[in-house]
Amino acid sequence: MLDWPFLTDVLGQLLSGLPLTLQLAALSLSIGFALAVFVAGAAGSAFAPLRWAAKAHVELFRGTPLLLQIFLIYYGLGQIAPLRHSALWPFLREPYWCAILALALNTSAYTAEIIRGAIQAVPAHEIEAGRACGMSGLLLRRRIIWPIALRQGLAVYGSEAILMIKATSLASIITLTELTGIAHKLISSTYRIFEIFIVTGAIYLALTFLMSAAFALLERQLQAHHAHRRA
Amino acid sequence: MASASRPAAADNASTVPAIAVDGLHKRYGAIEVLKGIDFRAHEGEVISILGASGSGKSTFLRCLNLLELPSAGRLQIFGEQVDLRQSGDALHIGNRRQVDRLRTQVAMVFQNFCLWSHMTVLENLMEAPIHVQRRGRGEVREEAEAMLRRVGLIDRAKAYPAQLSGGQQQRAAIARALVMKPRGLLFDEPTSALDPELVGEVLKVMRDLAAEGRTMLIVTHEMAFARDVSSRIVFLEQGRIKAEGLPLDLFRGGVNERFDQFISRFNQA
Ligand SMILES: Nc1ncnc2c1ncn2[C@@H]1O[C@H](COP(=O)(O)OP(=O)(O)OP(=O)(O)O)[C@@H](O)[C@H]1O
Ligand SMILES: [Mg+2]
Repeated sequence: MLDWPFLTDVLGQLLSGLPLTLQLAALSLSIGFALAVFVAGAAGSAFAPLRWAAKAHVELFRGTPLLLQIFLIYYGLGQIAPLRHSALWPFLREPYWCAILALALNTSAYTAEIIRGAIQAVPAHEIEAGRACGMSGLLLRRRIIWPIALRQGLAVYGSEAILMIKATSLASIITLTELTGIAHKLISSTYRIFEIFIVTGAIYLALTFLMSAAFALLERQLQAHHAHRRA
Repeated sequence: MASASRPAAADNASTVPAIAVDGLHKRYGAIEVLKGIDFRAHEGEVISILGASGSGKSTFLRCLNLLELPSAGRLQIFGEQVDLRQSGDALHIGNRRQVDRLRTQVAMVFQNFCLWSHMTVLENLMEAPIHVQRRGRGEVREEAEAMLRRVGLIDRAKAYPAQLSGGQQQRAAIARALVMKPRGLLFDEPTSALDPELVGEVLKVMRDLAAEGRTMLIVTHEMAFARDVSSRIVFLEQGRIKAEGLPLDLFRGGVNERFDQFISRFNQA
């Protein structure tokens, strides 16, 4: 039968890794999003080299395994002498920041594509109506293009955020004791693989469930204009 | 030819035309869509622009608020010369701000309404006055509500465009144009996307506007409306003004052969 005392004990120990998991997810998502805005901007630039750079960024980080990116950043950056002597080194030698960097770069590639797609999906006639009302430049973007794009891209971005929560588990591979890292430790001391992974999985499930609920709520707020279509 | 049939009052040299166009050309690559248009609209005129599909009506209208950039020609809006600069064999906008400002003075109503889907009807109306014209929110709100009342939509102020019928959306779009207090209005087939039973409600709003003495340029296929409401008809064919005059004269027939053919084709259809 279920060993409840053991399970609660495991749960308690695993939860001590939750803050780190949340930090990794929150930081890499925010940094990744900010980066993605730049990449998407560059992808839409009139200056061809910028477009190429954006394209390369997206292809590179979408086209290689995240695990590999984490390894490369954690073990690889130290091989670059100038970097080792730079002001960034105190950060880059920390597995914490390496994980965040890798996760952020990875999500920035996907998010840039989400942003690009969302902006392209803004109906041309709504943009034109903005122009016809005397809007241009930043005003047009801020008031018309971005808000509509946000609504278009929100659902897809919600999936990306969920993927990122789960992706933080890879950080355990470079010694971080987030949820999965703690699970590994518990397993190596107790060998009760099944129970520990079940509890770990349940915690991730709860997290991703909360995340998708938050996005659903946000979507409902923003999609009031489509309310009748759901009815 | 064309100018000969223009109403005498409109030719009064002392009044500055609302819209003055000289030698307007528009090319798309090798295709010349507008082939030299000279045109005056005076304040208070209601001008219907008629012509077969592809004759350049939309292109012409869209050149007037620079949604299309003319390839050549001069454009004056309410006495103000639009700053168009020659570069190579094309024109480009010399002064972005001027264009943005002029666009609020000649507001456009589109065939497919083009309300902003993410804003309520009221927000649609208040958007440009507040953010482009930088007028006070309170005043704009009152004005917007007055306009909605006028087009019979005040009870739908909080609705989103997707929750309205086509006719309601087009009336809201007209109200959105009016709240900017434009000096002229451009309509590009405002009823063509509507179900037949919804056309009337939009035309009624436009009739009222015309009766107020607003300057209006209307591209339309509603011949009865053009005949009854406009003070002047402009007939485009293959990028040129082929006939121009009072609706009564033109519709009586015999003034311009091409126009008569156009109308008869239309009546058959
Ligand atoms: N962006 C464009 N690129 C190339 N050709 C264009 C473009 N826009 C319009 N044209 C061409 O210019 C001509 C005039 O088009 P326009 O839309 O002004 O006609 P219209 O008189 O408004 O017709 P309709 O009654 O069908 O709306 C057409 O032959 C059209 O194919
Ligand atoms: Mg047209």
